[in-house]
Amino acid sequence: MAIHHMKMPKLGESVTEGTITKWLVGPGDFVNKYDPIAEVLTDKVTADIPSSFTGVIKEIFAKEDETMAVDEIICTIETEEEAKEVEEKQKYDTITGNNEINKENRQRYSPAVLKLSQLHAIDLAKLKGTGKGGRITRKDVQAVIDKKLTPAEAYKQPEIQENKQKQTNSKELIIPVDGIRQAIAANMVKTKQEVPHAWMMIEADVTNLVRYRDSIKSSFKKAEGYNITYFSFFVKAVARALKEFPEMNAMWAGDHIVQKKEINISIAVAAGDKLFVPVIKNTDEKSIKGIAREIKGLAEKARSGNLRMEDVSGGTFTVNNTGSFGSIQSMGIINYPQAAILQVESIVKRPVIIDGMIAVRDMVNLCLSLDHRVLDGLICGRFMQRVKELVETASEETMSIY
Amino acid sequence: MPVISYIDAVKMALREEMERDRNVFILGEDVGKKGGVFKATEGLYEQFGEERVLDTPLAESAIAGVAIGAAMVGKRPVAEMQFADFIMPAVNQIISEAARIRYRSNNDWSCPLVVRAPYGGGIHGALYHSQSVEAVFANQPGLKIVMPSTPYDVKGLLKAAIRDEDPVLFFEHKKAYRSIKGDVPEADYVLPIGKADVKRKGTDITVITYGLCVHFALGAAEKLAAEGIETEVVDLRTVYPLDKQAIIESASKTGKVLLITEDNKEGSIISEVAAIIAEHCLFDLDAPIQRLAGPDVPAMPYALPMEKYFMMNPEKVEKAMRELAEF
Repeated sequence: MAIHHMKMPKLGESVTEGTITKWLVGPGDFVNKYDPIAEVLTDKVTADIPSSFTGVIKEIFAKEDETMAVDEIICTIETEEEAKEVEEKQKYDTITGNNEINKENRQRYSPAVLKLSQLHAIDLAKLKGTGKGGRITRKDVQAVIDKKLTPAEAYKQPEIQENKQKQTNSKELIIPVDGIRQAIAANMVKTKQEVPHAWMMIEADVTNLVRYRDSIKSSFKKAEGYNITYFSFFVKAVARALKEFPEMNAMWAGDHIVQKKEINISIAVAAGDKLFVPVIKNTDEKSIKGIAREIKGLAEKARSGNLRMEDVSGGTFTVNNTGSFGSIQSMGIINYPQAAILQVESIVKRPVIIDGMIAVRDMVNLCLSLDHRVLDGLICGRFMQRVKELVETASEETMSIY
Repeated sequence: MPVISYIDAVKMALREEMERDRNVFILGEDVGKKGGVFKATEGLYEQFGEERVLDTPLAESAIAGVAIGAAMVGKRPVAEMQFADFIMPAVNQIISEAARIRYRSNNDWSCPLVVRAPYGGGIHGALYHSQSVEAVFANQPGLKIVMPSTPYDVKGLLKAAIRDEDPVLFFEHKKAYRSIKGDVPEADYVLPIGKADVKRKGTDITVITYGLCVHFALGAAEKLAAEGIETEVVDLRTVYPLDKQAIIESASKTGKVLLITEDNKEGSIISEVAAIIAEHCLFDLDAPIQRLAGPDVPAMPYALPMEKYFMMNPEKVEKAMRELAEF
């Protein structure tokens, strides 16, 4: 006895899919090889599918009127013959035909490498190659030029890192500024000079959220292997509010304002002396768990220096977790060219008056810096009210983890 | 934007052009009542009538000859060769007449003709239903050869071809007809003939190709991107005359170039691309120019393993791209 798969046949050249309009057999029916088992319609023909085996129909996978790609399994047939494993091994040979590369490629320089090295007076003998057989590639040379390092420096970069902090005299420490720090500095200056920042802060009572998070904290950790942070809830709330206030998800473009349809939230991650703002793409489409996992992944990548271009591009709004180092109020600089940045401050227990009575509640400040060219107080106020409402009413029903 | 198949983009462009300009008409084998063997002209006979969708005898030389004559007196014929393989009897008409008319008549006459033909293999079509014939025509000044890869390009370029004042060969990959789908605006638009299109930007290697192979390269590029290798994919779109500027720019940018065609290797379109790069980009090159192509045997074989050996596929493309990136 052996089970065989019947696949959607290729009913003509260039046909890639077909629709089964009618099954002529059902599970348990006996069919002979070549008996028609179903009627199928493609954009070219209507035809019967003949059985490829003699046996009993076991299971039918393709529903009537469902379109299936060629080679998808439509049903299984049980036959009398012995089961045997058929393994198709496909072997392809590329036809490039050359590429017999010398094992010692270090001394063979491509025209591009020679030109660049001569132009920038780089001694190739001191460079380390990353190509095949240690070949020095154009990128290797370009990297040296980009860093404006001498080849000697490029060759022993780790030592330079260690010697970074030079002692000039006993009272001052001179710290050289690297490319990333330079870029951060330039960006901050540009943004602060060009963008008219306005600022507002609201406070939210997140006692419910704290209770909710605490109730699932350990079970989540057990199930998923990492912590569920408050920050994920705030990011989710902001994404939801952005969906309702698309004006916030915008940027200034000189003579017009661009409203972004995708909600991609940038999050600030500090790694050593560097600051990165990786992006959670399509945040509004993700669950709390999805957001938590992505924050964890992006933070790890940032700390290990593995962020890629696409991880940091495309952000439309920034949420910054300033509360993580105890801050209760801060004025963020907008992440250029976005229109606003929201700072989530520390959650602190404070006495609050509710219905004339003093209660101890978990309070948090939410601070918003906005580009006043794009946004006004009214819309921002409404947006912040909405975020407040969302985090204050957070519960299993309103903000489910999954 | 509706997502439609490659062949529906052909049909859409034909219909819109026939509605726009009464001089546009179609002729070819089975293009009328049957709607074409691939159904590219389905419904056009019913909509425009037998005077504008002509079923012709099985005589490709006559199809081309009639179309050339009609084009010279002001019509806009779109001639269909049922398979590119069948174009051979019409080669004399296309090269000796259509391509030369403007030059020979000192600009008094022109020949605004489009010849459409499905080419390419991988569909178990054997020798006479699988060939790539572009190289036959690619050293005939006076001709233009367009070979689009996506439904969007199909519509914009077929419209441009029909409106062009000179003869254009428009080769459609028959395996792409139903396997490739994409966004196509309902609005009227044309794309420039003679311009390549960078389908993906990258910094490590450049792949220059056209037709179905563009999709193999884009698929492999995604896989390599996961390993940190960024591939630039240039779709030639027009294979004759070539967009030299785009080729030179992209080759110079990465210095590592892989050229792909499913045609036989020697004397193919990519051979000319390689020559352009060698002439203009020597001091930017960081690796030998690589060509990935069909073997130099007469045509696509019938037997399945043999066809697979001949035909370009994603695995071959990925392997060649990775080797070049590692060089």
